[in-house]
Amino acid sequence: MGDIPHRSANAGTGGSPVTNGYGSPAGASARTAEAPVSTRTPDGPGLGGGGALPRARRFGAERAFRGLTLAAGTAVLVVIAAIAVFLIIKAVPALRANTENFWTFEGWFPNDPEPKFGIGALAFGTVLSSVIALLLAVPVALGIALYLSHYAPRRLGTSLGFLIDLLAAVPSVVFGLWGRDYFSGPVRDFSAWLNTYFGWIPLFGGDGPFGASILLGALVLAIMVLPIITSLSREVFLQTPTANEEAALALGATRWEMLRTAVLPYGRPGIIAAVMLGLGRALGETIALALTLGITFNISFNLIENGGNTIAANIANAFGEANETGRGALIASGLVLFAITLIVNITARAIIYRRREFTESAA
Amino acid sequence: MKLQRHGTLACLALTATLALSACGSDNNEPASPSASGSSAAADCATGTLNAQGSSAQKNAMAEWIKAYQQKCQGVTINYEPSGSGAGIEAFIAGTADFAGSDSALKEDQQPKADARCATGKAVNLPMVIGPVAVAYNLTGVENLQLKPATLAKIFAGKITKWDDAAIKADNPDAKLPATAIQTVHRSDSSGTTDNFTDFLGKTAEADWTFGKAKEWKAPGGTGAKGSDGVASRVKGAEGAIGYMEWSFAENAGLGIAKVGNGAGEFAELTAESAGKTIQGAAIEGQGNDLKMKIDYNTKEAGAYPIVLVTYEIVCEKGTAADKLPLVKGFLGYAASTEGQAELTELGYAPLPETVRTKVETAVTSLS
Repeated sequence: MGDIPHRSANAGTGGSPVTNGYGSPAGASARTAEAPVSTRTPDGPGLGGGGALPRARRFGAERAFRGLTLAAGTAVLVVIAAIAVFLIIKAVPALRANTENFWTFEGWFPNDPEPKFGIGALAFGTVLSSVIALLLAVPVALGIALYLSHYAPRRLGTSLGFLIDLLAAVPSVVFGLWGRDYFSGPVRDFSAWLNTYFGWIPLFGGDGPFGASILLGALVLAIMVLPIITSLSREVFLQTPTANEEAALALGATRWEMLRTAVLPYGRPGIIAAVMLGLGRALGETIALALTLGITFNISFNLIENGGNTIAANIANAFGEANETGRGALIASGLVLFAITLIVNITARAIIYRRREFTESAA
Repeated sequence: MKLQRHGTLACLALTATLALSACGSDNNEPASPSASGSSAAADCATGTLNAQGSSAQKNAMAEWIKAYQQKCQGVTINYEPSGSGAGIEAFIAGTADFAGSDSALKEDQQPKADARCATGKAVNLPMVIGPVAVAYNLTGVENLQLKPATLAKIFAGKITKWDDAAIKADNPDAKLPATAIQTVHRSDSSGTTDNFTDFLGKTAEADWTFGKAKEWKAPGGTGAKGSDGVASRVKGAEGAIGYMEWSFAENAGLGIAKVGNGAGEFAELTAESAGKTIQGAAIEGQGNDLKMKIDYNTKEAGAYPIVLVTYEIVCEKGTAADKLPLVKGFLGYAASTEGQAELTELGYAPLPETVRTKVETAVTSLS
């Protein structure tokens, strides 16, 4: 996992940034992580040829390769456009048939003679569960990554790294079943405890039942996104130039100060990219949430009461018995999820671009 | 838990298959040509059948397919439990040779299905009876009895404590704790929910105002995906109650409530008591179309009223000539006494004899 993004990152430097951003998040994230490296070993003159080299031939390997990458980049755009068009074509008739407000109605009954369905509660649940999952997962993941890259003995670090990567290979249905059958018990007890002592905070209010809640879903999600964020940020931290680290140490910094002044600023765009990848997985997670959440259709910030629902989980639940309008409605919900993901990605790109300028000047 | 349950199921299925195949090789191969009456049951044909639909009957299908493939060489039957709606769509589109469905073809589906069967019409054959169990988790309370009206109030959220007067009235002898009731329903759309809400609507009109649908429409309660999800959630929480396919309640070791029927008694859920409700059901379809109308208020003594009939939807005439013998052979086996006898162990109820013979005749006359 660790090595591949770097290769694709180097290959990707020729492509247009936009296509990279949407099409191959893995490559994109590593590319940004690599970006400062490319300033260290400037590739512009290396690839383009020095003054003494002959000019590029009209139909050389250079041009052919350029054409290939261009085609690959365009293909991604075409696929995305095709998906969007398909979703819209299928969704519009269902949206027309909807007798309630698509944005505000809390419920999902598109198979009725008078179809009624609304996306508000689902979109809210999707974002809420993902954000909480990230809040829980990111600090832990960064801690693991820093430990693996800078504290653990080399050998231990490598083998632990492998184990973390293995966690990424566990199918989500396994996480879901585990969450539903085993983890819900402890979460229920913990929720009851939270409710007793912190019930005055609306997040932990209510009077039960507890367990099959947003909290359970978010915890399971957090475990699922942990390996992604960990492996990517570990790779990023390992890329920190030794010179920077040694310089910090030489100036009298402690290990923690060195991490804070040299490693973290250097890795910041990479961390952001890793978090965004994790968020992408959390937003799109289907079966684990369909199994663990208590599936209700209401907008509530209460984290511990049974309930919660997400767009993807709702698709998994409703698809089997959906009629034509039902499927159209589900596709419309998919379109909203698509839009949410797109917005998240664009925001992440924007942040990374801003940060990169800062880091480059700092490095 | 999950693994164990699946393990048990798998073991059951395996044992049943082994037992069957043993019987099969002993009895059928030499016997089937000479056996006069039920020779249709062991009719072998070759080829491949693709079917899909209801997941409520997937265990029955898996069992029949295993048994039939062992009996007959060169047969491949695929049943994809993609949901009734998807099954009917696939049948109409011609990608499924027959569809399994939790409900008979609806009026708007019938013409499309008929069009698919070039020369004939599509018929509904009841094949699997799936009783719906109302299972609960309440320490110290066994043999819970619930009238439909009480059940409706519980699931509508009007009764919130186990020691409510209405539940006490149904269970004069039980010691009911003051535990809060947690209702669990299916979060995925399903025929089980459809039948359960239909039952509540027909038997407790005053208390159930949410109509019948494949989606759960009552407010409150906790959703869980699939009957196994409902069983798991009920098992995991003291004071929980939920409805699910019978086998899941049994496998999870949950208490199953006795449900009040139209005769005014509380019926325990058994294969026999569920069969009685079907026996009393009227057949609405014409000719070979055996679409049934279940009377949830059945006055039949000892009948357990919450049952789900799942159908196989096939072409009465017009099945492709190369598939026809296999469709007849397989469905004939499913409708045979032998095929139906296997169902009990899987948590289904066998078709009552009167209905079964009609189905068998209908299968024989497919052309």
